[in-house]
Amino acid sequence: MRITCPLCGARDRREFYYSGAAVALDRPAPEAGAEVWDDYLHNRDNPAGVTRDMWYHELGCGSWVVVTRNTVSHEVIGTALARDEKGRGA
Amino acid sequence: MRIDGKGLIDRRKPISFRFDGQRYDGFAGDTLASALLANDIRLMGRSFKYHRPRGVLTAGSEEPNALVTTGLGPAQEPNVRATTLELYEGLMARSQNRWPSLGFDLMAVNDLAAPFLGAGFYYKTFMWPKAFWEKIYEPVIRNAAGLGALSGEANSDKYEKAFAHCDLLVIGAGPAGLWAAMEGARAGLDVILCDEDTQPGGRLNAETETVGGMAGAEWAASVVAELRAMGNVRIMTRTAVIGAYDGGTYGALERLAPEVAQRPGAARECFWRITAGQAVLAAGAIERPVAFRNNDRPGIMTAGAVRAYLNRWNVTAGRNIAVYGNTDEAHRSVRDLQAAGLHVSALIDARPHATCDLDVPFFAGAEVSNAEGRQALEAVEIRTAKGVEKIRAECLAMSGGWNPNVHLTCHMGGRPVWDRDIAAFVPQPGAVPGLHVAGAARGVFDTAGCLADGRRAARAALEALGRKAAEVDLPEAETARYDIWPVWAVPGKGRAWLDFQNDVTVKDVRQAAVENFRSVEHMKRYTTQGMATDQGKNSNVAALAVLADATGRGIPETGTTTFRPPFVPVSIAALGAGAQGKGFAPQRFTTSHDASVARGAPMIEAGLWYRPSYFPQAGETHWRQSCDREVQMVRRAVGVSDVSTLGKIDIQGPDAGAFLDMVYTGMFSTLKEGRVRYGLMLREDGYVMDDGTTARMGADHYVMTTTTAAAGQVMRHLDFVHQCLCPQMDVRFISVTEQWAQFAVAGPKARDLLTELLGADQVDLPFMGCGAVRIDEIDARLFRISFSGEAGYEIAVPARYGAALFERLCEMAEARDGGPYGMEALNVLRIEKGFITHAEIHGRVTAKDIGMGGMVSAKKDCVGKPMAARPGLSEDLREELVGLRPLGEIKELPAGAHLFDEGAEAMAENDQGYVTSSCYSPSCESVLALGFLKNGRARHGERVRLVDHLRGVDTICEVQDPVQFDADGGRMRD
Amino acid sequence: MTELTAKTPGAGIFPFEIGGITAREETPEAMTAIAPYKGREAEASAALEAAHGMALPAPGRSTGKAGARALWFGRDTALLIGPRVDASLGRHAALTDQSDAWIVVRLEGAGARDVLARLTPLDLREGVFKRGHTARSELAHMAGSITRVGPEAWQIMVFRSFARTLAHDLDSAMRGVAARAGA
Repeated sequence: MRITCPLCGARDRREFYYSGAAVALDRPAPEAGAEVWDDYLHNRDNPAGVTRDMWYHELGCGSWVVVTRNTVSHEVIGTALARDEKGRGA
Repeated sequence: MRIDGKGLIDRRKPISFRFDGQRYDGFAGDTLASALLANDIRLMGRSFKYHRPRGVLTAGSEEPNALVTTGLGPAQEPNVRATTLELYEGLMARSQNRWPSLGFDLMAVNDLAAPFLGAGFYYKTFMWPKAFWEKIYEPVIRNAAGLGALSGEANSDKYEKAFAHCDLLVIGAGPAGLWAAMEGARAGLDVILCDEDTQPGGRLNAETETVGGMAGAEWAASVVAELRAMGNVRIMTRTAVIGAYDGGTYGALERLAPEVAQRPGAARECFWRITAGQAVLAAGAIERPVAFRNNDRPGIMTAGAVRAYLNRWNVTAGRNIAVYGNTDEAHRSVRDLQAAGLHVSALIDARPHATCDLDVPFFAGAEVSNAEGRQALEAVEIRTAKGVEKIRAECLAMSGGWNPNVHLTCHMGGRPVWDRDIAAFVPQPGAVPGLHVAGAARGVFDTAGCLADGRRAARAALEALGRKAAEVDLPEAETARYDIWPVWAVPGKGRAWLDFQNDVTVKDVRQAAVENFRSVEHMKRYTTQGMATDQGKNSNVAALAVLADATGRGIPETGTTTFRPPFVPVSIAALGAGAQGKGFAPQRFTTSHDASVARGAPMIEAGLWYRPSYFPQAGETHWRQSCDREVQMVRRAVGVSDVSTLGKIDIQGPDAGAFLDMVYTGMFSTLKEGRVRYGLMLREDGYVMDDGTTARMGADHYVMTTTTAAAGQVMRHLDFVHQCLCPQMDVRFISVTEQWAQFAVAGPKARDLLTELLGADQVDLPFMGCGAVRIDEIDARLFRISFSGEAGYEIAVPARYGAALFERLCEMAEARDGGPYGMEALNVLRIEKGFITHAEIHGRVTAKDIGMGGMVSAKKDCVGKPMAARPGLSEDLREELVGLRPLGEIKELPAGAHLFDEGAEAMAENDQGYVTSSCYSPSCESVLALGFLKNGRARHGERVRLVDHLRGVDTICEVQDPVQFDADGGRMRD
Repeated sequence: MTELTAKTPGAGIFPFEIGGITAREETPEAMTAIAPYKGREAEASAALEAAHGMALPAPGRSTGKAGARALWFGRDTALLIGPRVDASLGRHAALTDQSDAWIVVRLEGAGARDVLARLTPLDLREGVFKRGHTARSELAHMAGSITRVGPEAWQIMVFRSFARTLAHDLDSAMRGVAARAGA
């Protein structure tokens, strides 16, 4: 598997650490309430199709990268730096 | 036997080798299989289950029968295919799965018991008594069945792994592949051309065809020479591409040539990971055997193999040869054999409409119904409309048609498609993104067609890469019609083999259908068809055709089983190449490593780091003696310990303080310059992630420490918080773990020691103070912090001075009745003080659980704070950190033991907590432990029962405050 | 009393030569991480140019020349190798001393690329990874930095503590490549 790091270009998957859904970008307000926090931390969709998740270019440049990919075809549709994606919604 | 001819062997280079101890001769260019045939050896192995005598069936990597073991001891390698094993001087090969010898195998009695050993026989026969399965049945069956054996010794050979990159990967160097590579190379692409054979050319090396006015093999060699000269083509022979993966990545196994593999430092195999912009699959096709009674007798081979042995290696398995087929391939075989001066005793063509213009006994619309001879073929029975006729033959060339090698196109979920015209499965178009299939792998079976198809595939790849095709003229080549009359299994009595390697017959597959294992996947698992090292390459399609027939369905409806990587067997040693010994994991050594080793310290792993366990002195025979002494040394005098392995992160920027406020529970933006504060870091779910101290070196400059174990995790977390949660913050951080060598100097005489080292004015720091200092003109950092509970400092110098400073500190400590201390003593010192490590903050504890609930600042948000407040994490009945001391006779409080109320039964329902750390404390003259106990802080002074079911410990201990030594911390502060 | 003498990360480990390829430790006087503060890249680059005669490198590139070079060293970071960093840069960027944190090895000789192909998944092809190109990547399971400094010369860096593992893995790869000579 190859992931295109927005800074480094196409790289082998082994350089990356996987962490989970890009929902992680949307940290709720501290007082948002238990349900919202529960959703943020624990509840995930499991789509057969397009998904967005977080990869850390750990053995590369240290960027957190949002990867949009298809779980059925394994196609990587796009990548973006997390800091640029922040606030655009998951 | 060897015959005259112009093959690809080098008769000027004889090679001697041994097979089952006997010496034989062959030539350079031979495989073990061709050399054995040259020496009139047709019996090469015994079958998996019935121990049937078997000879070579094929001339390629799909070989199911001629498997041998090479090498001795640690270098022993089982199940090597004689058909791909290059002959080299000194080769020693042994046959497998026979005893006492290949010719006389006692286990061949299995063959007589065949009526009882059909599909599913284990399941039906060995039902009871149940206890017999593991102790008797399974070992007996395992002993009787099987292929080659492992030596049981660690592999001594070297294996490599490597990465390669190209614009165009061409898989297979037959006519289609060679031409695809040519088109790609001429268009300026970086091309990698892989072929599993020793020589590029594919079938051209085995046939008597003309391409571009030359013999096929010569033409292939000329194309290879041209490609090599171009500079942008890498030709990798002996390299089988074994799998297609995401993103244009392919796995490939390279066997190094024997003369290279024998050199010092050389690898035996190399596992390649190839990344390609586009790829062309030109992997060719595999010829199908036909199932008829006793079709496994040595001497019966695929027709393509007979021609390959004849034309490439100039060997034949007999003088009298019968040919049986269902396409024009059979006629081609007869022509080649007759041209070589061999006698063809019959041409049996399954096609009723077939005609023949050759001088040979010809049987159209006929079939071979039986083979005679046990250890070698003697005759075949031919069944025609007129009856059965027996014809003498030492060799039968059989062909049931060809199966395109669709395997790689299925590795990402693609399913092959049935093509009626060629009675075979062909690849599903587009099944692997960027992989274009060409030639026989796509069902194009003539050379001219393959060349044109190679061009088409290469041009599709060029288009996908946005590159222009070059003008290259296609060479002239032969065209041929592929007219097939499908034949899978010849009707009749007796056993007709489908899967030679796993001994699966037509009857077994029919039996599976009768017992309602109608799905091809169920049939496979019930009969074991397709499950041996050839993965059914020779048998899958015929087996499912038989199943389709038995279940009254068509072949496409029956479908295939799933093709998975690898295409050819790959040893684990190649996949894990380089991971033996020191290659298993990188090693990290501190600057004091050599000095610690020189002082006799056993080094223990801490993550990838190596740290000294203890420093034994003369007369100490047990680690506890050294550890106790080192603990007392720190408590009474002074100890030195290398703490460089702790993570250190340099944090700078206007928002550095605000950033630390976000990642730590405590407030760091208000920390005074020149001060250090203990920090607790939570995960967002409210549990503790890590702890450590952070020093404020300047207005916008902090240095954080992490635990050794969590340094990587913390860096990843800080990057996450900064980039994903707080990208607006202007803060920069970088690891400085390796920049600084840092040593703890602890004990009542620590200050005295440092005063000598630095001068009194530089040491004058308050407790939890820090500052820049100089040692002999070297810029250093001093922190007054303690993980031992003693007056303590940590001093950091640029790592280049680490080795020297450690020596000096040890000398200075020794002059004060102190010295270095290791991890064991460090652990005891911190348990006595109730200081936590990852034994306590193991991922399931909250700040409150460890008595640090008050450290979660109420004035600000931080990662983990909202969730730490949720019910369940904040209630009172959670397990809380406590200290434990033994009360009874038994003085062991092992980590991992569980706690129960005194008098309660030691069972899960009554569980009250558990022990996390334990030691003997010389300072308290008692065994001490730390652990978690329900509502533990309210239970100091209580007696609890401690049970360790694993180690058989059952005792009573007293609950205490976790701080069991110097409760008010006066020693640290003074 | 023991003198506080300096020891390089590769002391007693490097150099070595196998099959015409050499692995030699380089010991630049200083290495400094330069991480421009938010929105200050241009100022930091100008200050670097003024003080050391080279601009901040773009991702995957290096600036300067042998003896004084700036490598792109990851997100928002450059590594100045050679001269001691001028304090003026501190106004625009976080400066962190890395002089002792890394072992720097120069791998040189025909076939050096084949050695690296056994250690890193990077695409180092002639036309792809040119002289002056640099990358952070995996180097035999270690986080490393690889820079092409000549036609057959590469600078590789891993954390100081990994020096022996780097030597071990280089040695094994170099022997494997050397054994294939002429094959």
